[in-house]
Amino acid sequence: MDSARPYLAAFSSRFLLMLQYRAAAIAGFATQCWWGGIKVMIYAAFFAAAPAAAAASPMSLTQVITYTWLAQALLALTPWSADPEVALSVRTGSVAYDRLRPVDTYSLWYVRGAAWMASRALPRAALMLLGAGLVLPLIGLSDWAWKPPPTLAAATAFAISLPLALALSSAFLMIVNIIVAATLTDRGINVLFNSLIIVFSGNLLPLALYPDWAQTALLMQPFAGMMDIPLRLYVGQLSGTDALLGLGLQVFWTTVLVLVGRLAMGRVMRRLEVQGG
Amino acid sequence: MPQILVEDLAKTYRVAERDPGLLGAVKGLVHRRHRTVEALRNVSFSLEAGELLGFIGPNGAGKSTTIKILSGILKPDSGTVVVNGLVPFADRIAHVSRIGVVFGQRTQLWWDLPVSEGFDLLADIYRVEPARYRANRDELVALLRLDRVLDQPVRQLSLGQRMRAEIAAALLHEPDILFLDEPTIGLDAPSKLAVREVVRRLNRERGVTVLLTTHDMHDIEALAQRVIVIGHGQVLADSPFETLRANVLAERRLIIDFAHEAPDLDIPGVEVRSRKGQTLELAFDPARTPTPTLIAAIAATHEVVDIHVGEPAIEEVIARFYDLHGAGEG
Repeated sequence: MDSARPYLAAFSSRFLLMLQYRAAAIAGFATQCWWGGIKVMIYAAFFAAAPAAAAASPMSLTQVITYTWLAQALLALTPWSADPEVALSVRTGSVAYDRLRPVDTYSLWYVRGAAWMASRALPRAALMLLGAGLVLPLIGLSDWAWKPPPTLAAATAFAISLPLALALSSAFLMIVNIIVAATLTDRGINVLFNSLIIVFSGNLLPLALYPDWAQTALLMQPFAGMMDIPLRLYVGQLSGTDALLGLGLQVFWTTVLVLVGRLAMGRVMRRLEVQGG
Repeated sequence: MPQILVEDLAKTYRVAERDPGLLGAVKGLVHRRHRTVEALRNVSFSLEAGELLGFIGPNGAGKSTTIKILSGILKPDSGTVVVNGLVPFADRIAHVSRIGVVFGQRTQLWWDLPVSEGFDLLADIYRVEPARYRANRDELVALLRLDRVLDQPVRQLSLGQRMRAEIAAALLHEPDILFLDEPTIGLDAPSKLAVREVVRRLNRERGVTVLLTTHDMHDIEALAQRVIVIGHGQVLADSPFETLRANVLAERRLIIDFAHEAPDLDIPGVEVRSRKGQTLELAFDPARTPTPTLIAAIAATHEVVDIHVGEPAIEEVIARFYDLHGAGEG
């Protein structure tokens, strides 16, 4: 337990600190409600306008709506931008202090990044659940609401997949952090990865709704595990062996990204050692 | 074996350069020009446990580089470094748990966290046993008079309060060695005194080895038993502070208030440093011109109101020492 103590402390300290930022959470929630509402209406229009295509769709409108609310709720779980704390410490040189701690620097940054994303997602997801899951049905708009998972199996798969999504996103965040540490700026990199993540995590459009020929590639790429896989598991669109495949892909990509990240981190830290912090 | 052993340490940096202006910026896109800067060349010294060593030198002399190498952040190009029997950059994790470091220009506490929570987090990061941590923290809080700021976020502290908190933060895990890189930079007089007092007590009462860099000669005067002067990446002097002072300082100052307008004095071996109304400041070498003889000679020919014998300010001494060795900031 003692060996995990620094990392647990770093996680909970960052998590609790970030939860203090209520105004940011409410602003984020408002934005995500707005976009969520627009997307839900667009999907409804598409499904209504083309009944034949809708019938052949791999996801029903109900599934798409729940997927959309969930995607909006969990937006902060995707590695949108480099960890601002890492970017700042690289710019100010406080990164030297991170090297003075008797801990593994990669793990320290990893848990801090995970705490940062989790703490931003939690209040937004809670508010979204309240709004889209409870208030909408209460005011008679249950067709537009965030629905519970269809089966116990779907709920279980989602419960396993969500922490895996956080682990995967954190591993990817580390790659972004390391690029920031190497280039000493977070500007270009944030813009570049933003667009990749929005499209390939399924945030823009559920990956299952893309053409059939692209499906395998879309499921296999690393960004799917950050959002699309857990969400498809939730709505029951991935089940049985496909569900296991989805979870396996999340584990696979997390492992790959952690290995790549550690390798890159070692190189960047050696360069910092050579060139000065 | 000494606690800190440094032999023939050398370190160079590559610095990117570009010509000024638009053309320079464009050229920089295509081809980066690099210049090699020798931060350290052949630095050697050793330090026994419990010593308090002051490191002085002009900006860019290599003080911070030396501290960064000793603390394991930087890897030297060549040379030997052994601290507590460990090679800092090679055994980083084992090494850093036994040292405390304060960089006066940077903060290690978390800006938005209250001081006490920052301390708790550091105790967890260093895996300090909880009972020991509490005892140690309470002692440091008393010593550094931090009780009133414990619940404040770090960003709200004054610089003096923050520096005291930084020093406490560096000591929570009871390191044997404390590296202080410009710990009094920008502090007001009372805060400087407080920092010096704490450093002195840590060194005397707890036996913590201290290596401190500073530009404030009063820090050195008040604290250091031994001083290393570093310039252009080389050790220029390594001696007890008094020896350093005596060597450079074979000079006295004589300030004389005359009853009338200050006269023109022309005494061999005596330099008139300044003249202001009825006051003269003279500089002389007491070995060549004994002080009593000089005073007697002046008092015999002029009406003197007051006489004050002094030494040049320590800053002046050091500046002269840098000049002597061609180590002034380039």
